[in-house]
Amino acid sequence: MIQIEGLQKVFNGVTVLLDVNFEIQDGETTVIIGPSGVGKSVLLKHLCGLLKPDAGRVLVNGTDIVPLSERALSPIRKQFGFLFQGAALFDSMTVFDNVAFPLREERKFDEAEISQRVEEALVIVDLFDAKNKKPAELSGGMRKRAGLARACVARPKYILYDEPTTGLDPILADNINDLVLRLQDHFHATSVAVTHDMVSAYKIANRIAMLHEGRIYAVGTPQEIQTTTDPIVRQFITGGGSTQEAKHGAVSIH
Amino acid sequence: MIAVLPRFKAFLMAQLEQLGGILLLLLDIVKTLFSQRPRWRETTDQICKIGWQSQAVVLITGAFTGMVFTVQTGLQFHKVKMDTAVGPVVSIAMIRELAPVLTALMVAGRVGAAIAAELGTMKVTEQLDALRAMGTSPVDYLVLPRFVAMLVALPLLTAEAMAFGILSGSVVAVKMLGIDGAYFWSNMIKFTAANDVVGGLVKSVFFAVFIALIACYKGFNAREGAEGVGRATTQAVVVSSLTVLIANFFIAVLYNAISPP
Repeated sequence: MIQIEGLQKVFNGVTVLLDVNFEIQDGETTVIIGPSGVGKSVLLKHLCGLLKPDAGRVLVNGTDIVPLSERALSPIRKQFGFLFQGAALFDSMTVFDNVAFPLREERKFDEAEISQRVEEALVIVDLFDAKNKKPAELSGGMRKRAGLARACVARPKYILYDEPTTGLDPILADNINDLVLRLQDHFHATSVAVTHDMVSAYKIANRIAMLHEGRIYAVGTPQEIQTTTDPIVRQFITGGGSTQEAKHGAVSIH
Repeated sequence: MIAVLPRFKAFLMAQLEQLGGILLLLLDIVKTLFSQRPRWRETTDQICKIGWQSQAVVLITGAFTGMVFTVQTGLQFHKVKMDTAVGPVVSIAMIRELAPVLTALMVAGRVGAAIAAELGTMKVTEQLDALRAMGTSPVDYLVLPRFVAMLVALPLLTAEAMAFGILSGSVVAVKMLGIDGAYFWSNMIKFTAANDVVGGLVKSVFFAVFIALIACYKGFNAREGAEGVGRATTQAVVVSSLTVLIANFFIAVLYNAISPP
């Protein structure tokens, strides 16, 4: 379980996260929604210690990771897989080597086992034929899929997705959503995704949380979020909408 | 005057912050060196990139510097009938000053720029974050192999530049200036001590530390976008080149005090 308590982050005098309190339950897929620039990716990077908050705590399995040094964070980070917005594949390596990287860094598998697990992951994301290509030779969708394979190949306990469908056409985006579900089914990880793509959010989430003005504003199941009458949530999920229906729906508003 | 003071203070603070950052990086490298398993593959790759692939540039620099230095000193020494002193002068100049400094400057331009650009690009495309997210320290995976490779490669390149500078100088002295080869070599060997060679190589070790540290620091601290990477690359070359030139004076003075020529 990941617990976030009173998280606060300020960049150059601009408060991005004001007071975030939230719990991510084991085994579920939580999607954090919110408009661009609201701090979703910033929040996600705090979950594995890539960013340090100005105040607050992040507890991973009960351990507060905020005061930990980079070196002390290393074993905790090995429990995470992270799909970056631009995939962040290593330019100098082939797709195979990129996906093999977390396994090689573990230094406990032989090359035959690494090869088998990498090929299994590449088959799941339908990239087996591109295993010898460099990231520069891949399309945006293929990069995301390679990033997905790299994020899950070491079978992490937690998988974090930063805008998994952004910049992809609807068919490719749906393909990625299916992959996220397939990986969830295959590896049973706890997943957290940030997105502003509601189609994706409804499809992959067990629970949706909306980040608004530096706080978690609303939390609910996809069904609850879809049917809420809260004006701020409705405005976001429908891309406009009325702000006069100021009634609280089934979602819990913080 | 009053308006200039806060700006000067801000500039000074920025420089001190950079110096602090570079020293912290050095500390991290030393800690990593003794606490992590060596990465032989990455280190040998970097030795190849930094050392092997820089040879042409360094050899040409060393050879032509030795040649032009021989021509200029030969012509001047000829006026005072001291032609046979050309050998020792070229040798001492190449070994103690020209080869270490020029090799370091060429490597700072070629390799320092490449390191800063590569790490800077990795930073702005979140590849450094990806490494960290997988529990791999960028210092362990990226900086240490480059640092060790630079420490191995630069003294070797410097030794090559020394040898090629002297060799090409001797060819110019004998073939162009008509100096007797036997006098050239015997005087050169007579007046060049092992201490001179050690002095030149010790300098190159310090230069390797400066270039690797500054290039890695600038790459890691590149700002967003292509402009940020470009600026980091330029700064890496300028700062490391200036550091080499300034440090050269102090190392020379210190070395002469410890081990007089």
